[in-house]
Amino acid sequence: MAKVPVQFTLNGSEKAEFIESGTTLLHALRDKIGDTSPKGGCHQGTCGACSVIIDGELRLSCLTLAETCDGADIRTTAGLAEGGVLHPLQRAFLDAFATQCGFCTPGMIMAAKALLDRTPNPSREEVVEALSGNICRCTGYEPIIQAVLTAARADSQNAA
Amino acid sequence: MAIRRGRGVAAINYPTGMNLGGDPTQALVHSTPTGNFMVTLSSVDLGQGMKQIMAQICAETIGVPTDRVIIDTADTDTGPHCMGTFASRGTHRAGNAVIQAAKEARQVMLEVAAEELEVNASDLETDGQGNILVKGAPQKSISIFDVALSAHFKRGRSISGRGMFLIPRSYPEKETGAMKPSTCYAHACTVAEVEVDDETGEVTVLSVKNVFEIGRALNPKMVEQQLVGGSWMGISHALYETTEPYYPNRDHGGTDFNQYLMPGPGDLAETEIIVLERPSADGPFGAKGPGEMCANPQIPAVANAVFDAVGVRIDTLPITPERILRALKAQAAG
Ligand code: FES
Ligand code: FES
Repeated sequence: MAKVPVQFTLNGSEKAEFIESGTTLLHALRDKIGDTSPKGGCHQGTCGACSVIIDGELRLSCLTLAETCDGADIRTTAGLAEGGVLHPLQRAFLDAFATQCGFCTPGMIMAAKALLDRTPNPSREEVVEALSGNICRCTGYEPIIQAVLTAARADSQNAA
Repeated sequence: MAIRRGRGVAAINYPTGMNLGGDPTQALVHSTPTGNFMVTLSSVDLGQGMKQIMAQICAETIGVPTDRVIIDTADTDTGPHCMGTFASRGTHRAGNAVIQAAKEARQVMLEVAAEELEVNASDLETDGQGNILVKGAPQKSISIFDVALSAHFKRGRSISGRGMFLIPRSYPEKETGAMKPSTCYAHACTVAEVEVDDETGEVTVLSVKNVFEIGRALNPKMVEQQLVGGSWMGISHALYETTEPYYPNRDHGGTDFNQYLMPGPGDLAETEIIVLERPSADGPFGAKGPGEMCANPQIPAVANAVFDAVGVRIDTLPITPERILRALKAQAAG
């Protein structure tokens, strides 16, 4: 099959790849570019593990064709820490014991980030709603919900 | 037609490990040339925190800080044998094996230190910070770093140890069939409160209050993490999850996350966890196994709560709306 060129920004750095037409963004990120932070849980849009943020919107990378991302700004969990300092969400997940096997964690964190970017002080219901597209087998969700609420509080304290 | 409330209670005894023909786990410990300690295991950390617990157990036994211990569970082909990480057995079986291996390694370490300090090994103790001191004369000391260097480059000693923990196979008594499949039991009790819609058969779990008796909690935060996740999973087993809804007929099983159901973050019951610590006689530092057992008592508790609410006994899992409606219909037909 003919390859198509695609160019986008991944966590602030320029990427250019030739990919087979029809390649998912998840596949391109993990197997072409080497960012394995988005996970492939179901490859059909039901688990949320592959969640990334594209031009500010939360998207499932398993259902997004890489060639539609030309010129886009893509953010993944791998790009959240700055200068070796964890993002408040990563710190909160760690402190709240909100991760066990960790497979859902990158998707959860991106879903939470998309929420906090829009709604810096969410209610519990808003957090639950934001995470409801993401499946976790291990934690029982409560520690994850608490981590997101804690990160939101930490952020608003820093801003104040 | 109405929403009916019910409350159910259930208590369980749960064996730590499962002995179907001898239940062994091995561990090997050796020091690196700079006095870190490698623990080699075939037991797997799948998120329950095995590596952290084994590092704590090894560190406590040898007398070094936990961050001086490296756990290698990389390869079940080349690692020492383990029966597996299941049946809540990891901490108990592997932990005991690690203690034995670490004790042997500690003995060699003290012997090398004794030669360096020109004292008897039995006169030495560790300070838990990475040093070996002469009892009663702590100014006379040597760091474990230097002991390891000496063992490797001067004295030709391997600071290492072998550990094997085995619960031997128990055969049933001919007369009674009684046997002893495990030596160590954890316990739990759950009270569940539910609402059942007797028109749709839908069950909502309002709350689960759990008490777990798990021996000594070697890492209380990680124990809590297991118990919170396990309690949610117990509700999931009780009401949602199955691969064979019409077992033994295998048709209509879930094939993906659209059909294989679990409660999501919006379906959480109010959950309470209480931990009772009663150290076990044969567990590593008194630990039992909390992993799998913590997802069990919610299931009979929810079944009992459903009975309390609408008077039907559902004895097949999961307790689906369909099963409840069929049972209610049968009950009405008398
Ligand atoms: S892998 Fe994309 S939603 Fe599951
Ligand atoms: S931590 Fe294992 S799936 Fe969420």
